[in-house]
Amino acid sequence: MAWLLAICPVLGIIAMAMSASHLVPIAISLLTGDGMTALFAVSMALNFILGCALWLLTRTSRRELQIREGILLITLVWIGGALFACVPPRGGIGLSFTDAYFESMSALTATGATLLDGLDHLAPSLNVWRAQLQWLGGMGVIVLVVAILPMIGVGGRQISKAEIPGPMKDDQLTPRVTQTAKGLWIIYFALTLACFASYFAAGMSWLDALIHSFTTISLGGFSSHDASLAHFDSIGIELVAIVFMVLACINFASHFRAWQERSVRVYRYDSELPYFMVVLAASVIGIAIFLWANGVYPDLASTLRYAAFNTISVATNTGYATTDYARWPVFAPLWLMFLGTFVACSGSAGGGIKMIRAMILYRQVYREFTKLAHPSAVTPLKIGDRVVPDQVVFSVLAFFFAWLATLVSMTLLLTLSGLDAITAFSAIVASLNNIGPGLHQVGPAANFSVLNDFQTWVCTVTMLLGRLELLTVLVIATPAFWRK
Amino acid sequence: MKIVILGAGQVGSTVAESLVSEANDITVVDTEPLRLQKLQERLDLRTVTGNAAHPAVLELAGARDADLLLAVTQSDETNLVACKLAATLFNIPTRVARVRAADYLSHPEIFSDQNFAVNHSICPEQILCDYIVKLLEFPESLQVLEFAGGKVSLVAVRAFHGGPLVGREIRYLRQHMPQVDMRVAAIFRHDSPIAPEGTTVVEADDEVFIIAATENIRDVLRELRRMDQPVRRVMIGGGGNIGRRLAQAIEDHYEVKIIEYHKTGAERLAAELGRTLVLVGDVTDEQLLQTENAGEMDVYCALTNDDETNIMSALLAKRCGARKVIALINRGSYVNLLQAGQIDIAISPAQITIGTLLAHVRRGDCVAVHSLRRGAAEALELIAHGDMKSSRVIGRRVEQLDLPKGLTIGAIVRSRGGDHEVLIAHHDTMIEAGDHVIVFVVNKQMVASVEKLFQVDVSYL
Repeated sequence: MAWLLAICPVLGIIAMAMSASHLVPIAISLLTGDGMTALFAVSMALNFILGCALWLLTRTSRRELQIREGILLITLVWIGGALFACVPPRGGIGLSFTDAYFESMSALTATGATLLDGLDHLAPSLNVWRAQLQWLGGMGVIVLVVAILPMIGVGGRQISKAEIPGPMKDDQLTPRVTQTAKGLWIIYFALTLACFASYFAAGMSWLDALIHSFTTISLGGFSSHDASLAHFDSIGIELVAIVFMVLACINFASHFRAWQERSVRVYRYDSELPYFMVVLAASVIGIAIFLWANGVYPDLASTLRYAAFNTISVATNTGYATTDYARWPVFAPLWLMFLGTFVACSGSAGGGIKMIRAMILYRQVYREFTKLAHPSAVTPLKIGDRVVPDQVVFSVLAFFFAWLATLVSMTLLLTLSGLDAITAFSAIVASLNNIGPGLHQVGPAANFSVLNDFQTWVCTVTMLLGRLELLTVLVIATPAFWRK
Repeated sequence: MKIVILGAGQVGSTVAESLVSEANDITVVDTEPLRLQKLQERLDLRTVTGNAAHPAVLELAGARDADLLLAVTQSDETNLVACKLAATLFNIPTRVARVRAADYLSHPEIFSDQNFAVNHSICPEQILCDYIVKLLEFPESLQVLEFAGGKVSLVAVRAFHGGPLVGREIRYLRQHMPQVDMRVAAIFRHDSPIAPEGTTVVEADDEVFIIAATENIRDVLRELRRMDQPVRRVMIGGGGNIGRRLAQAIEDHYEVKIIEYHKTGAERLAAELGRTLVLVGDVTDEQLLQTENAGEMDVYCALTNDDETNIMSALLAKRCGARKVIALINRGSYVNLLQAGQIDIAISPAQITIGTLLAHVRRGDCVAVHSLRRGAAEALELIAHGDMKSSRVIGRRVEQLDLPKGLTIGAIVRSRGGDHEVLIAHHDTMIEAGDHVIVFVVNKQMVASVEKLFQVDVSYL
């Protein structure tokens, strides 16, 4: 078990970094005088002491990580991170451990499902803390999906290997990841800054702008208001949100390249982008027409406004709402949930199957049709100009099956515990794809507080599974993973 | 003319064969003594065994006083190096190289005199591919050739029973289509040429060569053949160099299927091609042709590198019901056996390529040469130089020229202030200095008299 020790110092360092991240809410707390300073100071100290102890005790066994250690580390980072992040909500609002852990996991996985009521009256530092957790989680996710998962090749992720700049080395998590991560974070940071400035210019207070820029770029969706973005009722703010949600949902590897080459032309090589844009645009128009035909809104302008914002918010897995879209005629919210399962581009903080896998799955089906009609045909599966190796296709199929199996089994577990079908199904879809709000009892107008402890844990686990692309977590449960 | 040919492969030997009959001094260089020996047994030429990219070998081949170097070995690199050597060491004035790699061709500056010193690069596969593309575009023609940068076209069509052409005099065409100017350059009946006159009556199965401005070709063909259905579905047998190029060129315009024998080759093809359906299998497998609906094809092209396979495959496709079959056939004897039979068009790669090379061999200012009917006939594009005194053609009407029987002046392209005007030659058309004249000869022996006709009088200079 010596190899397990190798990841402990890394976990220690991450805990210490988490403790440093308490500085922002502490500053906010001091500025606004909301009385949470002591709580955050305690939490910060706790994080630091635990992290430091872990690091000191195990630092001698630190070495270059192998793939197996990497996989375990990724999962432990999210489980442990959510654990450490439990302290402020537990101390500040008095949530039970289950609820606090759910809230932390929802934040760190950039899901955006909440079981808190009265966000408007919550201490500003706590609101910032939640938003910042999402922002950090999104940061981790982007490095994970752009730099680390392709190397491990989870669920066909190796397809995006070519998208990562620089030479590839398959066997180790090399220092190059650090380089890539730095570049990605600069872009992430710059986007957040631009988003903050835009929100502020569109009329948000600086605190709201900070919170919402954090949760927009990470596609998280936490808001400092129970009414989410409907609170502002401002077309300007909604437009800013739409632009940045879409930008943040595009593959960050493409942003990275565009930044490296100082040219927007590189986006042409992003094979997901056109599909992402077309599906999004078509859905907005389709939903608008559907709502208009059903007479949901009195005039065309507001129909388009609500259709565009809520569709893009759910499709990009952000989860803001400007209206209770769960009350729309049932086709519309279901379509939104469906979009949320696959629209996000592969290198973003969005969740779900991802556009690239959906494209591969679709083409694999089409390929089988061709094979049936022309038995001697050679039909490579192509994305852009590149042939996707069969190995990748199998990985994607395995991923899809795992995704589907999780969806079904978790939904069944929730219904077993007594939830109604729509709530259970939509809660799992929202958790598994890191969307945020579901429908019915857990819809945008309500929250996850209706769930009992068992149900909350089911959703928590589902969020983690979905965030870490299922196989990364599930593989840990296999005997093969632990075999020497 | 002293000509050095590097490479005794398919192209090299055909060129040698074609040129040797025109009283040229020819030396062929190849690394393979056996190939050279075979060539020497048949033809009156000199051979040198050795690496064509070595100065000593070139020297031995008589590069010192050669007029023309044709570097047509299998290797692009050898050809390029040989051209450079020929320019630097031996001062051979004209150097032609076969260059196939698209990578080289996409950087034309490397052929300049400072670099590889290639006057003209040719890519036989590309020429063939372009040729077949033209045939698909005009499915009713046997051959479509272009002159003067595509301004003028020469098409060959077969007259068939019930067609508008058969049983009528040629001058009827003029009345029939007064708006389109064209000229019947030659008629071949049972493989022998007939000099066409206004009163000549076209019979079924005649091969009719017509010259017209390219923009009018479609109208002309529509009148002559009552237009077959346009081509929509194409099947290609053989995914080699030519098949792949063809598929790439046409896959956006037609529904294309391509059959390749080797699995790895097929996989590579499928990766490179976009909309083409790539099939693995034997092109002579009737079962495969049937399941893949060869019978529904508008055109089937057998383009493997094996003559027999191509013939068999094309015959099978025809029997399955393909509307038109095209086969690539290298051996002249096979071509003669088949042309009028079930294979609609037999393409001889070497004959098509050779035209490009012949343009450099011809005396006079010859722009383009197309070898026709397996090299028996020729169509040339020449530029008339000089004035009334020094030239035999300038300032004279076509009827005033002393033209041998079987030689037709088809069209003239005259540039007027940057514009190119196409004049279809009639008895009263006047030839001016600088005109591009398109001449058709039914017999290659007459090429010499064409050259003489267009030569500028030396005493004048």
